[in-house]
Amino acid sequence: MPWNRKDLISIEQLSAEEINTIFETADAFKKVLGRKTAKTPALRGKNVVNLFFENSTRTRVAFEMAAKRLSADVTSLDMKTSSTAKGETLRDTVENIRALQADIIIIRHSAPGSAGYIAKILDIPVLNAGDGAHEHPTQALLDCFTLREKWGSLKGRKVAILGDILYSRVARSNIWAMQKLGAEVTLVGPSTLVPKQFEKLGVKVSHELKPALADKDAVMLLRIQHERQNASAFPSLNEYKSMFGLNADRFSWLKKDAIIMHPGPINRGVEIDSDLADCSQSVILEQVTNGLAVRMAALYLCNGGSAEAAIA
Amino acid sequence: MSAIWIKNGRIIDPKTERDELGDLFIVDGKIAEKPSQDILDTAETIDAEGLVVAPGLVDLHVHFRVPGQKHKETIQSGTAAAAAGGFTSVVCMPNTSPSVDNTGTVQLIKDIVDKEAVVNVFPTGTITMGRQGEALAPTGSLSRSGIVAITDGGKCVQNAGLMRRAVQYAHMFGIPVIDHCQDYQLSGDGVMNEGFVSTKLGLKGIHKGAEDIIVARDIVLSTHTKAHIHLQHISSKLAVEIIRRAKSRGINITAEATPHHIDLTDSEIESFNTNFKMNPPLREEEDRLALIEALEDGTIDCIATGHAPHTDYEKDVEFDYAPFGVIGLETALSVTLGQFYHSKRLSLAKALSFLTYKPSEILHLNKGTLGVGADGDVILFDPDETWTPKFRGFFSKSSNSPWLDRELKGKVKKTIVSGKLVFDGSEILANG
Repeated sequence: MPWNRKDLISIEQLSAEEINTIFETADAFKKVLGRKTAKTPALRGKNVVNLFFENSTRTRVAFEMAAKRLSADVTSLDMKTSSTAKGETLRDTVENIRALQADIIIIRHSAPGSAGYIAKILDIPVLNAGDGAHEHPTQALLDCFTLREKWGSLKGRKVAILGDILYSRVARSNIWAMQKLGAEVTLVGPSTLVPKQFEKLGVKVSHELKPALADKDAVMLLRIQHERQNASAFPSLNEYKSMFGLNADRFSWLKKDAIIMHPGPINRGVEIDSDLADCSQSVILEQVTNGLAVRMAALYLCNGGSAEAAIA
Repeated sequence: MSAIWIKNGRIIDPKTERDELGDLFIVDGKIAEKPSQDILDTAETIDAEGLVVAPGLVDLHVHFRVPGQKHKETIQSGTAAAAAGGFTSVVCMPNTSPSVDNTGTVQLIKDIVDKEAVVNVFPTGTITMGRQGEALAPTGSLSRSGIVAITDGGKCVQNAGLMRRAVQYAHMFGIPVIDHCQDYQLSGDGVMNEGFVSTKLGLKGIHKGAEDIIVARDIVLSTHTKAHIHLQHISSKLAVEIIRRAKSRGINITAEATPHHIDLTDSEIESFNTNFKMNPPLREEEDRLALIEALEDGTIDCIATGHAPHTDYEKDVEFDYAPFGVIGLETALSVTLGQFYHSKRLSLAKALSFLTYKPSEILHLNKGTLGVGADGDVILFDPDETWTPKFRGFFSKSSNSPWLDRELKGKVKKTIVSGKLVFDGSEILANG
């Protein structure tokens, strides 16, 4: 299926076919990454600007490296110290960056809807690298790409997402992506972080770990995001760990060959025991590597590339 | 002697239950019986055939931003918007800069009103100094200087002990207390209704309980003090139920609902359009329906716009950072007609009652009727004419309306204030 979008803002907007187009393109770029000279000229001469209004290491670096692998010129800006800190509006900031000949903008921002907002303003591709608790589309794409590599297809698979769902853009994007690809999703965690409202998105919601983990093919852990919680959603990290932390005993409740995922950064010893994070069934680092190929695909397609050409 | 003879209109006065085809006379600024032929011979005549002739509308809740924020609205532009929307009397909130916590600011507003206003403007004073919720404002002095109520306009006094004293003290002067019901511990830093849509979008929610708990508190305070508390822009179904129960027990409270809360729900925010950001936020369908039912059975007394102008550049930001509030003066009549009259839920007269004598009676304004001797505040409107609000197409300085580009039905053709034509369907003709 051809890719007809200027932007990548949310998984909610994408069809399963569009997601698969990204995957097929990422397959091709993953092969490129395996070459001795792991670089293609697809975005040569293009200016890619990374606008990060929030802290990020892996996503910012992954986008930067993905753009460089496509031969783009990359400028990464830490917007916490920029003109917006002096009171400039987001509209003015991005219009100025556009006027400086930016060809693609990647944005991370604490406000839900911000990426979609600037995509409507600008005539160049905008890629959402996380807008508050709304969506983080490339994370969900790389997560599902990783599962697809392991299973061939997500159809009929059962995945549990465990942890801080309420404040998680990763959870929201994965809920959309996994269901569009045919997987069944169960959300698990304390009632204050996993409200029943999510059931209207078609997922199951559970506050009990054992029945929620039983028969699952994969468990995705989410970081407890202290920085987004201005009111205490649970009594303490120790209480959370004792009720919902993944340890060896609880891991045994899943299917034998179940996969452990985590979008990072990990709070070792809180949401997951350290040994489990590093065990053979953990794909945490594979997720990171796949993030490069998926982001190359997203940049390439939004710039007007076709899956067929990338594969060729 | 001046006279206006409005001929052949459908005259509707909800208060006196008049609904008939006929003529209406305004003599020396007052509604009059048919005057003598001499007077009729010199009267200004207005042909109202095919139009409804009704009392000028009354709005208990507008923000005119003066003094301090003229870039959003002025008394001139705000009252022009009122006149264009059919409102001949408005009550303006005291959350100005400086806020109306002193008699000097009341006088300043009255002076500006004298110079600029084309409709009647009734100022309010604050409950607490600087609307900080810490020390009582001088209610007695404010009352003497001409305010019609006290309110912290847009803010809610969180300290129940202080609120009790405010209510008790104001009661002594016969001044109602108007409250924006919101518990800040529960509302937190939410930006929209807490519910499925906020969960889906990842926007922080404002829990309905934040409103319910203060509505209940105010009812308790009114019960003990016998003082009149008017509850602004009720938005939640449970708050409606609490008010209904209190009213059945004769508690001295009144309440209003806004056009946006009876017409729209939080599903509008799926597009992150900041013109749907208001406080209290748009709620869910069950809440919207509860408000409509509450207006019909009298649990909620009237409709008030909460007209809250902001500039386009203030609203043209990320949803989190946009200010709360939408304008409403120029669309309120159409939206009310749509929900109650065109939907065939209520008669035209009953629908108009929410915008005429009912709000007037809450604050004893002596407006909103066509009874003989009443002030000659009259509107003529076509209930069936369709129109579409456009960006920068308002008489208000601002365009932050949730009904932009949506077709509405019902258009004001003329607005008369104290026997003087101030709006002719396309332009403001005069100031007071």
